[in-house]
Amino acid sequence: MQVSTYLVDVFHALKILTGGLGGLRLAFCGVFFALLSAAVAAGEWPALAKDGIHDPRSRGAKILQQPAEALSKLTPDNAGNQVRWVQALEKGEIRPREKLFPQTVVRKLDQDIILDAKGGMPAVRFPHRQHTEWLDCVNCHEGIFKTQIGASKISMFKILQGEQCGVCHGAVAFPLTECMRCHSIVKPGSSKPVMPPNIDLLKLQRNEGQQ
Amino acid sequence: MSRTRHLLRRAGTLVFTALMLVGGTLESRAEYADVVINRQAEKNGMRPVVFPHWFHRIRFRCKVCHAELGFKMRAGTNTITMSDIIEGRFCGACHNNDIAWSPENCDLCHSGKPGLPTGVFGGHETSGPGRW
Repeated sequence: MQVSTYLVDVFHALKILTGGLGGLRLAFCGVFFALLSAAVAAGEWPALAKDGIHDPRSRGAKILQQPAEALSKLTPDNAGNQVRWVQALEKGEIRPREKLFPQTVVRKLDQDIILDAKGGMPAVRFPHRQHTEWLDCVNCHEGIFKTQIGASKISMFKILQGEQCGVCHGAVAFPLTECMRCHSIVKPGSSKPVMPPNIDLLKLQRNEGQQ
Repeated sequence: MSRTRHLLRRAGTLVFTALMLVGGTLESRAEYADVVINRQAEKNGMRPVVFPHWFHRIRFRCKVCHAELGFKMRAGTNTITMSDIIEGRFCGACHNNDIAWSPENCDLCHSGKPGLPTGVFGGHETSGPGRW
């Protein structure tokens, strides 16, 4: 997202500075290399001492495990931690503990919920199975969502504000830029999912390159 | 094409390349879902705590902390004190010198930059509740 905003700003600024479109070729070379280096930097996990939130002088920043060491071995993604966490779990790349206390009952549910979406967006398939691998029922029910189907009115507006699905998606689970991972069921009559305008083309190209 | 214009063009390109590179490195590059915990820490003379979700979710499912241990899923809504932890609640359920290091290793958790507010950090545009 940030990259595309940069592009527009830089384009206009360069046009003014170089006095017309004819002089833009050289300028574009510079911008291209800047974008390239930014894209390369975004594809790496920064060291703890350089991540902007650890104090580089603290002992923790020196001896704690670095993200790159752990995350580079897991199924890659283009968003969030750059890890497909659900796949990493299913493939056995990680084996996170399910409980601490022996008396805890581990609850899982294999049931999909289909949620129709407004407008032209494909409908949402919510898979309980993947969610209950990580979470317990009480994490969502009855607080964030009612157990009864259809009783919770779900809106993208609330999700974008960090409510409902947005409690996790956008904060710790895959972010809200990945529209089609949830909106995956194409409505009858529409040919295929249509990308909204102004979508981050650079990122899309990167995704296609990975597939 | 005049020589001055040519030079001006080059200078412009250089300036913008430099600006973009600096802009790219200045933003916080915290790992997605890193949580800074600083409601009590700095008031009591310690660095803020950085909680890395990525490290913990490799080893534990969400439900261990968010169901068994009672951490609410909203940064800033849990009151976590050192006496809780030493008595085995919250972080102390594992950080007890048995499953993970004991609370005596203060500066392994208290490793954040001074002055950071409590909240979810991370490198993504939608990097936290309430961002929009």
